[in-house]
Amino acid sequence: MDIFNNLFPGLYDWINALLHDWFKGAMPADVESVLVSAIMALIVAISAILFMVLMVLIMIWLERKNAARIQDRVGPNRVGPYGLLQPIADTIKMLIKEDIVPTNADKLVHLLAPLVAMAPAVLALAVVPFGKGMTPVDLNIGLLFMIAVGSIGVVGIFMAGYGSNNKYSLLGGMRGVAQVVSYEVPQVLTVVTVILLSGSMSLVKIVDAQGGWFGLQWNILALPVGLIAFVIFYICALAEVNRSPFDLIEGESEIVAGFFTEYSGMKWGLFYLAEYFNFFIVCMFGATLFLGGWQGPILPGWLWLIIKTYALVWLGMWIRMTLPRFRVDQLMKFAWKVLVPVALANLLLTSILIGVYNGIGF
Amino acid sequence: MTADQFLTNVVFFLLAAVALVGAIFAVTLKNLVRSALGLILSFMAVAGIYFVLEAEFIAIVQVLIYVGAISILILFAIMLTRALMSGAESSNNSQWIGAAAIAALLFGALGAIVLGTNWHAAQNALKGDLIVKLGTELVTTYVLPFEAVSLLLLAALIGAFVIARE
Repeated sequence: MDIFNNLFPGLYDWINALLHDWFKGAMPADVESVLVSAIMALIVAISAILFMVLMVLIMIWLERKNAARIQDRVGPNRVGPYGLLQPIADTIKMLIKEDIVPTNADKLVHLLAPLVAMAPAVLALAVVPFGKGMTPVDLNIGLLFMIAVGSIGVVGIFMAGYGSNNKYSLLGGMRGVAQVVSYEVPQVLTVVTVILLSGSMSLVKIVDAQGGWFGLQWNILALPVGLIAFVIFYICALAEVNRSPFDLIEGESEIVAGFFTEYSGMKWGLFYLAEYFNFFIVCMFGATLFLGGWQGPILPGWLWLIIKTYALVWLGMWIRMTLPRFRVDQLMKFAWKVLVPVALANLLLTSILIGVYNGIGF
Repeated sequence: MTADQFLTNVVFFLLAAVALVGAIFAVTLKNLVRSALGLILSFMAVAGIYFVLEAEFIAIVQVLIYVGAISILILFAIMLTRALMSGAESSNNSQWIGAAAIAALLFGALGAIVLGTNWHAAQNALKGDLIVKLGTELVTTYVLPFEAVSLLLLAALIGAFVIARE
């Protein structure tokens, strides 16, 4: 299994050595090393983004199939075997659609909004430990980085809502800002619980700390605090990426399509992509923080991370198909009167338990 | 200059240019929302500069506080108080002369301080996990100011609640 575990780091080293061989002698040594590391960083970044796009294509297919199964339908089954090529057909359809911009829109803001909405997911990729030795950037405060970039996405939603010059868009944007700001609080509190359990803010060290018991000593199994923290984190994650039952910002029965009412063609497609990107990333962080990341027996690490992430993605799809949408007032009450107090109490309990364990010498 | 330093300089000047352009947008644009978005651009570029200076913690806190909290707060305030699409508003009122004078004075004072101070740079690179050190210092040596700040924030929080209830 070592071959598979070291597949990607090995590939990295091989390309790195190859580039060094190519450029050696052609330029001064310091220029050469900077050039090679810049090219390597570019390769890592592009392959991480391509990986995400592939995952999103699979997710869109999975979402449609899942929805169909739960609603007792068959789902897409015409394009390719089991409808597997349906996302590609969807993409082509979106690319050739007309791009309509409202006359009175703030054109620049309207154009930039989908890009800003994409940014956090792409930035967050930089710190994910994909496997053993497969972290693009090992920041010692990776967790804080993840929270910080997560808070940028809402700017994109606001820009879309404002830039469209449409009252439904603006309402959707305002709901989005209020919701994301509220649900960030309990989410950060549960993340602090993880920091206490692992003793570090580096995502790599957090994953390493969950490596006991043949790779099964996951934070979620640090009962009872880990499980409570995970449940709150997951609820907040769904709210953070505006998935049902928290999809008020696009609630089609109330405000047409919310913040992207006025978007069409590939700009709309970018919002769609951003939603799935963000959802996948947040599930990946859930898997990393609570389900042991790439730790696991027998199978290679990166495969474990993908399996765990898809388990969380699938859970989200199940919830989406099962639960009705929140009302706005319920949404805020739930965040501030249920999640925040429970998360705070859980944090306190974690500190006490860790103090007691350390006291009796575990 | 080695290639490494050259690259650092190029990135630094690019980010500095973006920060300045964002700042100019923030003060000159007539549309308030666009000004706020320009401010966000500037904040992000400054965070990038912190990354170039290898101060990751400051950079991330910059994004978290300035982009994630303060800018969102500004956008929220604009959203709730203005007729958003009313378009251009004059960014001047009758007090602009006084404001300009005070701003110039502040700029002069800050510039004098920055140029006149003998900055103590650490001669040797600090070793170990700096975040751990920072945290330890905060809750040992500087625990009193730290607690005072928490108390102040708590008071502000309660004050906000009281105002909101009225």
